[in-house]
Amino acid sequence: MGAEVVSPSKIDESLISEPYKYGFVTDIETETAPKGLSEETVRYISAKKNEPEWLLQKRLEAYRAWLAMTPPDWAKVSFPPIDYQDAHYYAAPKKKEGPKSLDEVDPELLKTYEKLGIPLREQEILAGVTPSVAVDAVFDSVSVATTYKKVLQEKGVIFCSLSEAIHDHPDLVKKYLGSVVPAHDNFYAALNAAVFTEGSFVYVPKGVRCPMELSTYFRINAANTGQFERTLIIADDGAYVSYLEGCTAPKRDEHQLHAAVVELVAHDRAEIKYATVQNWYPGDENGVGGIYNFVTKRGLCRGVASKISWTQVETGSAITWKYPSCVLQGDGSVGAFYSVAITNNCQQADTGTKMIHLGKNTRSTIISKGISAGRSQATYRGLVKIARTAHGARNKTQCDSLLIGDQCGAHTFPTIEQRDPTARVEHEATTSKVSEEQLFYCQQRGLSAEDAMALIVNGFCREVMQELPMEFAVEAQKLIGLSLEGSVG
Amino acid sequence: MLEIRDLQAGIEGKEILKGLSLSVPCGEVHAIMGPNGAGKSTLSYVLAGRPGYAVSQGSVTLDGKDLLALSPEERAAAGVFLAFQYPVEIAGVTNMNFLKTALNAVRRARGEGELDAMQMLKLLRGKAKDIGMSEDMLKRAVNVGFSGGEKKRNEVLQMAVLEPRLCVLDETDSGLDIDALRVVAEGVNALRSPDRSMLVITHYQRLLDYIKPDRVHVLAAGRIERSGGPELALELEEKGYGEVKKGRLA
Repeated sequence: MGAEVVSPSKIDESLISEPYKYGFVTDIETETAPKGLSEETVRYISAKKNEPEWLLQKRLEAYRAWLAMTPPDWAKVSFPPIDYQDAHYYAAPKKKEGPKSLDEVDPELLKTYEKLGIPLREQEILAGVTPSVAVDAVFDSVSVATTYKKVLQEKGVIFCSLSEAIHDHPDLVKKYLGSVVPAHDNFYAALNAAVFTEGSFVYVPKGVRCPMELSTYFRINAANTGQFERTLIIADDGAYVSYLEGCTAPKRDEHQLHAAVVELVAHDRAEIKYATVQNWYPGDENGVGGIYNFVTKRGLCRGVASKISWTQVETGSAITWKYPSCVLQGDGSVGAFYSVAITNNCQQADTGTKMIHLGKNTRSTIISKGISAGRSQATYRGLVKIARTAHGARNKTQCDSLLIGDQCGAHTFPTIEQRDPTARVEHEATTSKVSEEQLFYCQQRGLSAEDAMALIVNGFCREVMQELPMEFAVEAQKLIGLSLEGSVG
Repeated sequence: MLEIRDLQAGIEGKEILKGLSLSVPCGEVHAIMGPNGAGKSTLSYVLAGRPGYAVSQGSVTLDGKDLLALSPEERAAAGVFLAFQYPVEIAGVTNMNFLKTALNAVRRARGEGELDAMQMLKLLRGKAKDIGMSEDMLKRAVNVGFSGGEKKRNEVLQMAVLEPRLCVLDETDSGLDIDALRVVAEGVNALRSPDRSMLVITHYQRLLDYIKPDRVHVLAAGRIERSGGPELALELEEKGYGEVKKGRLA
């Protein structure tokens, strides 16, 4: 056979080692807090953001709580201890004073987002045609632009950076911030509550269907800086909103910490769809550099028949520690978790969900697809909890793992706590390998080995991908393809 | 068109083809018959470039192009199509998407432009209709939950869409009842053309009742032992492969 022909073992080894496309650094003047974490740092951030006293006090409380906490050690990930004094907790591009309109955004930043494929210029709105996506762009610790605010305002939808919301809608922020993920929830959530710098804020009023997809794009640019954003989304009675979060970072040799908190609140009959396409820099093939993505995401289905769904496509980060969860409090509320997690090289992902059933006839669905290649480790960790009050609750969990090569690992840790005998909980799990036969079949039909792998993996993830908003499904599909690109053949 | 000279090949160090030579001129359909273990499937995999199969000697050219120097997908672009004995299932990938991806990959490699979604849809619907396949099948995942007959018909659909120069049919009749066999054979016959050659590999003569070959070759112990016209297949059916090996076939 010719030298070009690929042996199965070669396919295994050379998978998913694509060059990271978003690894560039934007050269922009940055204002950073001095390194280190102390009460002073917390005060510095709060002062920088010109925050009200109550918020400063909340931050300090969180900081003190954090001091007494220890990092969680139960996840199936390993990394050297993080020196929390060796990072900056605030970094922002320097800008001139004045109101923040799209015309005043630093051209260097606009270029950055253009390179990332994120539109920060509003298209002219033609009669009767609403644009499909509005974007809030967060660069290091600050929001640099939010598009289509006016269009949304007409419907009563508030979509802005959290900093703006703190000033313009203090009552809403005060009422909901920390109501789903309290500061003492866990080590990283406490850290976030102390030093969070930016994030997005969404409020959809009663009975309003948000007319377009909302999207926040997080970008870490500065070196030695953590990003601690906080997102808060509230859907009032009967409201509907679909939201997408995207993330990238430059290639750097040191690890950077991203400890975000996302809180969702759905009132009676409201629906929130939250999707993430996570593409943080994963580190190189030897595990040098990459983002530590330690994130707490939780949605509260507070009202009756409310719905919250989490859809995530996780391709990046050196380490992922993340469990987007739903607390199903309202009777008849519905929670869902659809996840695709791809790990390669030395990446580690410990991700999953918690479905906490409190209300009667609450329902939840979990579909988790893990793909591991290289020497990576992918773990699904899930909790389905049926409280005594959750009569007639139902859960269906499906956990599928796909292995590529023989040096990676896939692990599943499902926990089921059932306190009500009328509830029904189903759990299904499978593990499979991409077979040489499947690859050859596709290649025989003209596909390159990379395209064949992308096609097979996309097929494996299909149930999750179809939950993504149309605008992003194609992008996510391409991202999976890119993540799978290697030097096969 | 297809020229195989003194081909020696095997898998995992075991030599299976031991100096096989064969030529199939343009537009002809040749049958390869032989007992189990003669090297029939090995021949089809070596032609398609399946990883793991190693060629130690000999040459294979298609239209003068050295196939052995090409990757499997380059061979597909050059016009080699292998209808699998056991078509592979790909969960979550619709037939439509699979065919679209494959055809555009092949068109790109051939320097033809890709088809857009509408052109593709029209073409696939037409081809499916030609071979009497319902549109429903286009929406189902590739071969997942297909019956034996549906799988083989799906192979014919792929063949019709990719328009190869050389079709290699590996035991297409295996696992088919007589009705399914007839349908599949009709599909194959519809694809016979003066610019297309076919190599029909089979253990049994009955497939050749439906796909009439121009020539029949007997493959035994890694070599072409005999070649002849269509009547050779009938003779084989009557006397069995043992006679061929012993050289007693008159």
